[in-house]
Amino acid sequence: MSVYFTEDHEWIKVDGDTGIVGISPYAAKQLGDVVYVELPEIGREVGKGDEAAVVESVKAASEVYAPVGGEVIEVNEKLEDAPETVNASADDEGWFLKMKIADASELESLMDEAAYKTYCDGL
Amino acid sequence: MSELLKTKLHAKHAALGAKMVPFAGYDMPVQYPMGVMKEHLHTREKAGLFDVSHMGQCFIFADDGTFETAAKALEKLVPADIQSLKPGQIRYSQFLNDEGGILDDLMITRLGFEGHTHKLYLVVNAGCKADDFMHLATYMPPGITIDVADDTLSLIALQGPKAVDLLSQFNPAVKDMVFMTSLDIPLTPTMWCHVSRSGYTGEDGYEISVKHEDVAELTNMLLAHDDVEMIGLGARDSLRLEAGLCLYGHDIDTSVSPIEAGLFWSIQKHRRSADAGYKGAARVASDIADKTTKRLVGIQPEGRAPAREHTEIQDLDGNTIGEITSGGFGPTAGGPVAMGFVARKFTKAGTPIQLIVRGKPRAAKVVKMPFAPHRYYRG
Repeated sequence: MSVYFTEDHEWIKVDGDTGIVGISPYAAKQLGDVVYVELPEIGREVGKGDEAAVVESVKAASEVYAPVGGEVIEVNEKLEDAPETVNASADDEGWFLKMKIADASELESLMDEAAYKTYCDGL
Repeated sequence: MSELLKTKLHAKHAALGAKMVPFAGYDMPVQYPMGVMKEHLHTREKAGLFDVSHMGQCFIFADDGTFETAAKALEKLVPADIQSLKPGQIRYSQFLNDEGGILDDLMITRLGFEGHTHKLYLVVNAGCKADDFMHLATYMPPGITIDVADDTLSLIALQGPKAVDLLSQFNPAVKDMVFMTSLDIPLTPTMWCHVSRSGYTGEDGYEISVKHEDVAELTNMLLAHDDVEMIGLGARDSLRLEAGLCLYGHDIDTSVSPIEAGLFWSIQKHRRSADAGYKGAARVASDIADKTTKRLVGIQPEGRAPAREHTEIQDLDGNTIGEITSGGFGPTAGGPVAMGFVARKFTKAGTPIQLIVRGKPRAAKVVKMPFAPHRYYRG
């Protein structure tokens, strides 16, 4: 399984032709306490960079973008009742959705873990 | 863009690790490392300390040395009864334009300190203060002095249930003050402060006007106590929203009259007629009589999704009936809370409405405010 990151701080863990999407601990920290997460409907087709979910802190709402295009096949329903999971475990239990990746070549434009770390250090 | 102004506590905010944002021309702390949620809850449970030095402070007094002359002059610009203020008493009011639109909302105090009881002390919003001082300079008659104190005075607020025990350690006189009164007293043998039992969080607490050179020392004195944490503008906003208090530039502005904003209570009985003699009095009187105007109401979204400012409000048939003006998550309420304007016939508590959040209608209802009970000390 490989992990890729976007400049908007989403991650996608890829296993075969499916990917699990979440936001990085860096992003979760920047947002502050997450109080609400809006998840997409299962079966929705999203393009690379499309809004796939919404995450809201006390102060503001932010979009979560699809790192690559594909079809939403599962969402993390646990976040509906426990949105704080995003803060507690952004890189694991706080995942947002699972998708069937339409075009694996879109992963090539994303950062690997080392590149993402360098990217965050520069912010 | 011109350089942001800094309050005298700017270095303190930086040292505490605050996240700073531009606000009304100042570089202000929006949150500290604790985060908005915990800061909010800490204020309701213990005590929060806020730097509100960006707000405008000024004094108004008459050359003839009488309170009556100054009070009558200010009464031309605000709906509140000023002449009946007792020494030390505070009233909330608004500057209105000729059409009755709100130019700013403000706190007006008649000083209680011997030899100064003829003076009025005003605290106005940071974002409006330049215009407010110009407004005063334009409309105060000859013989009235307007003394702007931005160059000499800072302002901090200590809010929350522990505030009284804490501040009374420095001067026990603060204990018996009731809500919306003030005292000029020393908090150390050499530090005289203007202490008001007031605030904008819905909690008991104080606002303390203190000399610029003393504000850092006073802040450190208060922060030395375990129950006190610095609180940023983020939690200040969620606290005032839960308390059902208007924020200028969001819930109220020149397009809104005090009656529409639900501020009827701030206009004393004999000031409600069209001939009360202040700017906008005709609009206030006609809004009181007219049942068709919009009203600011509390709105409780169902479910967990917050409805933010500018969210469209519809009736159950899908007709637009208004807009959210403040909305977010209420940490004490434990869910989303909002306020907004709706057409008059939808103002009754319990009225079902819908909110259009990201294109989708969501159920909500009109509710009575506040969302968190006020805990003012009234003696």
